Amino acid sequence: MSRQLYGYLRTESFPTPFCSGCGHGTLMAALIRAINSLSWDMSEMLFVSGIGCAGWIPSPHYAADTLHTTHGRPIAFATGAKLFNPRLKVVVIGGDGDIASIGGNHLIHAARRNIDLTVICANNMIYGMTGGQVAATTPPGAITATTEAGNPDRAFDLCRLVEAAGATYVARSTVYHVVHLVKILKNALQHRGFAFVEVLSSCPTHYGRRNGAASPTDMLNLYKGLCVGLDSASRDSATVQGKILIGEFVRGDRA
Amino acid sequence: MGWSTVRAPLSPGRHLWQGDEACAEGAIAAGCRFYAGYPITPASEIMQWMAHRFHEMGEGIFIQMEDEIASVASVIGASWAGAKAMTATSGPGFTLMLENIGYAIMTETPCVVVDVQRAGPSTGQATRPASGDVMEARWGAHGDFEIIALSPWSAQEMFDLTVRAFNLAERFRVPVFVLADEAVGHMRENVVTPAEIQVYERERSAGLAPFGSEADDGVPPMPAFGQGERLLVTGSTHDPWGYRKVSDSAVQDRLTRRLVQKIRAHQGEIIAAEPYMADEELDVLVVAYGFTARSARHAVKLARQAGIRAGLLRLITFFPFAEEAVLRHGEKARNILIPEMNQGQVVREVQRAMAGNANRVHLYAQTNGEVICPLRILSEIKRLVET
Repeated sequence: MSRQLYGYLRTESFPTPFCSGCGHGTLMAALIRAINSLSWDMSEMLFVSGIGCAGWIPSPHYAADTLHTTHGRPIAFATGAKLFNPRLKVVVIGGDGDIASIGGNHLIHAARRNIDLTVICANNMIYGMTGGQVAATTPPGAITATTEAGNPDRAFDLCRLVEAAGATYVARSTVYHVVHLVKILKNALQHRGFAFVEVLSSCPTHYGRRNGAASPTDMLNLYKGLCVGLDSASRDSATVQGKILIGEFVRGDRA
Repeated sequence: MGWSTVRAPLSPGRHLWQGDEACAEGAIAAGCRFYAGYPITPASEIMQWMAHRFHEMGEGIFIQMEDEIASVASVIGASWAGAKAMTATSGPGFTLMLENIGYAIMTETPCVVVDVQRAGPSTGQATRPASGDVMEARWGAHGDFEIIALSPWSAQEMFDLTVRAFNLAERFRVPVFVLADEAVGHMRENVVTPAEIQVYERERSAGLAPFGSEADDGVPPMPAFGQGERLLVTGSTHDPWGYRKVSDSAVQDRLTRRLVQKIRAHQGEIIAAEPYMADEELDVLVVAYGFTARSARHAVKLARQAGIRAGLLRLITFFPFAEEAVLRHGEKARNILIPEMNQGQVVREVQRAMAGNANRVHLYAQTNGEVICPLRILSEIKRLVET
């Protein structure tokens, strides 16, 4: 990360705890770039996270107020802080297990309320911190520590889930598409109402290793090959069969 | 910061309130301006009254959350944003809250959690009173900690002790439990409210370590989010500035000892127990709490009329436990009777306090979902005197 952005970070907490090839460092930097491009003051921002690798993206690295909560509950904690002090710009960052599995109820209810939060789900399609167990976002057939014969279940499409629950900004990007990611995060931060961004974030250590993408570049190439921009394909067309759509799915107003 | 006297939100006087309503009024009088909850019998009236009063006052944030886990989570989030915050529930919801209550203990977050106890286990009997959650409050969260829990016996005390719960929460930076029971929560009686309320406001000094103190029993200052302090708050083991230290044994030891000591070393400020006709040699000392203490007081009166030297020690705080008061009064009694709406929870604390004289301690357990009647306690007193 360029040194001009170090002011946004508690650099004394470096190096980060992330494995080599982990996408979370890229996401950490992308969000700071988005905040920097908006010239926002970090002392007016609150970052709320839960338990899991992604919970460590803001805590302790971001030089702002940070609330590192229990597993699955960051959106509920953030709701209380935002309601009592609406001047705080509140961003929730968590992994797919945290935000969409154990915390799934809080996710859909916050979307329903359209509360003014930005929720970023770093989706690595696996439980990384605990050793690579199957997640609610693991693709069918994928090998994990708890599905040796392949995942028998389907994966959540988190963007569709959150859209159906009433979120007024919904987008997806990846840590491969960094320029796109920064633009999406910037839009999400500026959105008034519930903004949800799913960020595919690579976990070569626990996901890639078991599923034919063992190196960091393998995983990035996987995203490169798998993702199709929403601009170049309609959401339900045959061209996106087996692909992952990235882009802004919902860009509404508070209504 | 610290103690101050504020005008009460209502003009002083007499109000006919349900216990649950009095609890909500106490919270508002203490400065509570954030409430989050989820419906559950017999505590829903607290939530409804908070919603009603915040609306009427034109201030205060009320939100009905998606479950009890989220309720206490948002209370903790609001507390860090600077609020005096509360939630109320009953057994099933209280159990759901426990993980985040542990988080509040670890992060030293002031808040008030009211549990209007009903008969359990599980769904049990939602409209019937019990005292089955006393030890759950004490030990329910995982890990090792000290807590503060209060025991109201009247609508008046639902008001008074809720005010006190907020003051203790702010003073010691802890979640404080008001452990009521269905009978006290749903009972309607007169409550007298004062013109002025003594309130404690948390210390918010900037620039100091928010999770450490030089004293082993210190309570550090707690600035709010948005104050420019760039706070690091985590439920993981942390150093005085909030940095995670997940494998440093010295940090773990110092933090967890202080979390306990900040309460234990100040228990004289916290513990409250009220003797009634119990300052002399006694045939039977009744140790009671909550609604049961009302019956016990009446039973003591009747026993006196029958010529039995009976007395009552009413526990107003469960925890820290009033060991010294129990021992002082218990030493002068031939028998100690503990009537409880459970199968023996506080009796164990009394036995522990009585140490070598635990054989004097007797339990009367009633868990049929009904309050314990004075005559029932009287017959237990007589039985002890006769044997």
